[in-house]
Amino acid sequence: MSVTLTLHTQPEVPLEAECLSPDRLATLDQAGIAALPVLHGNRNMTVGDFFSVDGGKDLTVRIIGDLGRVKHVATGMSGGHLIIDGNIGSHLGLGMSGGEITVTGHAGDWVGPEMGGGRIVVRGDAGHMVGSAYRGSKVGMRGGEIIVHGRIGNEAGNGMRRGMIAVAADSGDFTGVNMIAGSIFVLGRLGARSGAGMKRGTIVSLHDAEVLPTYSYAACYHPVFLRHYLLRLRQLGLPVEEAHLGGRYRRWSGDSVELNRGEILLFAG
Amino acid sequence: MRIKTTEIVDTFAEAFKMWGTRVIITAQTREWALAAARSMTGFATSVIGCKCEAGIERELPAADTPDRRPGVSVLLFAMDAAGVGKRLVERIGQCVMTCPTTACYNGIDGEQSMVVGGQLRYFGDAYQASKVLGGQRLWRIPVMDGEFVVDDRFGVQPGVGGGNLLILGGTMTTTLGAARAAVKAMREAAGVIMPFPDGVVRSGSKVGSKYKTLMASTNHQYCPTLRGIVDDSALAADEGCVLEIVIDGLSEDAVADAMRRGMHAAARRGIRRIAAGNYGGNLGQFQIHLHQLLDGGKA
Repeated sequence: MSVTLTLHTQPEVPLEAECLSPDRLATLDQAGIAALPVLHGNRNMTVGDFFSVDGGKDLTVRIIGDLGRVKHVATGMSGGHLIIDGNIGSHLGLGMSGGEITVTGHAGDWVGPEMGGGRIVVRGDAGHMVGSAYRGSKVGMRGGEIIVHGRIGNEAGNGMRRGMIAVAADSGDFTGVNMIAGSIFVLGRLGARSGAGMKRGTIVSLHDAEVLPTYSYAACYHPVFLRHYLLRLRQLGLPVEEAHLGGRYRRWSGDSVELNRGEILLFAG
Repeated sequence: MRIKTTEIVDTFAEAFKMWGTRVIITAQTREWALAAARSMTGFATSVIGCKCEAGIERELPAADTPDRRPGVSVLLFAMDAAGVGKRLVERIGQCVMTCPTTACYNGIDGEQSMVVGGQLRYFGDAYQASKVLGGQRLWRIPVMDGEFVVDDRFGVQPGVGGGNLLILGGTMTTTLGAARAAVKAMREAAGVIMPFPDGVVRSGSKVGSKYKTLMASTNHQYCPTLRGIVDDSALAADEGCVLEIVIDGLSEDAVADAMRRGMHAAARRGIRRIAAGNYGGNLGQFQIHLHQLLDGGKA
């Protein structure tokens, strides 16, 4: 029987709920889930203090309510399916390695920081630092997929090493900053200074963009590998059109202040 | 047993275990995909002289290819898995990577997989890059029209080589017509290729030779011009031309299915008999009996 948690008491201050992860809830019954510890501000409380719990012992978990103040949900998640029926706070899926998280509303900052696998789908917007490295950490996202159907904030993919971030609308500034490798797709417009400090990896936008002067223009061509990604994004429900599949892209190489082996591909029609 | 007026000889095709793979070649146009596929499957008629046997399995519409461009499916067979891997590196490197606009993908989840793109990538002179999507690693090798995209690994699986039909007709014209009709019908079967020129071979061979250094020589029993001087000719007086169709497949069932289709298509007025080549059942791992194929059995 799937597990459903319904928010009955809105937290007054941020609520840290690392325990709300399908793989952890899968072994617990209703009472066991309600007794799990959460941190409300600096006070120790339980899941049951904020959520009513229905069902148990299942890898599919649905959480209903505006969880905009609930942080660290699905930390280290390794499997199962978590559906958040509403908004979610920051640090969703921190370091997750498997499974899938679906957010029907908006997500806060730090979606999938330093995640290694699995998939996060946000139907609304997401905040800053999507798939990024924490401050002081050299490596951000190490694998998996983050799909955002709305916009994302600044510094998405900061220090990203592997995996894919895709956003249906615009991205904020410094998209792919310090990127080591991996792929970022922005179907809308790229923010300023995208790819700054990038070593390897790919940033794609379906619009033109101002590219940093430390990038060199290479060519306008048909990148065949891109078709695989765009088909995948279309499969995931992002608005990829036929023209994008067969179109030409301007390739910029950079960032020359680093390895200079990264690329920004801008759709040219 | 007869189909129409053609006698189906009560014999069997003796086939061998080989290792095979499927390669999907795509390109900007169908013509370029076919150009690469034809090049890749050239000089690949017999494993004895060419180290592998390869052929075009079918054309693929864009909707059925990994990158949604027009494509061609190629099957390649060799005697062992490592041999398949070596031939893939050679042939994809020389015939597909060189062909404008192409990309090359693995077409089967085989028992084993061979590193192909992972070897060809060195052509990129350290400018190559890889992308991993859904567990699939693609190599992007910079070339003069953009990039050559190739799968890192290609699956390899046990297959069957040497399925065959012998079409014995009264005249060359009639026998050629029957052979072409058979090949056309057999191409409708999935998972098989007919590796000889347009699927037909006239120089059928037997094991051994009067010349000690040769492993194979002309199948004199089926050569009409030798009927007067050999005492073991297999040809009747009214059989003036014999053509063979060799079939390699990814499974015994696939080869059997193709042979069944071929017999039905080839049988016609002027084709006296349809037989199959074997070595007395002493060499091959598979015996595909013609009568049992027509009775609905496999072998």
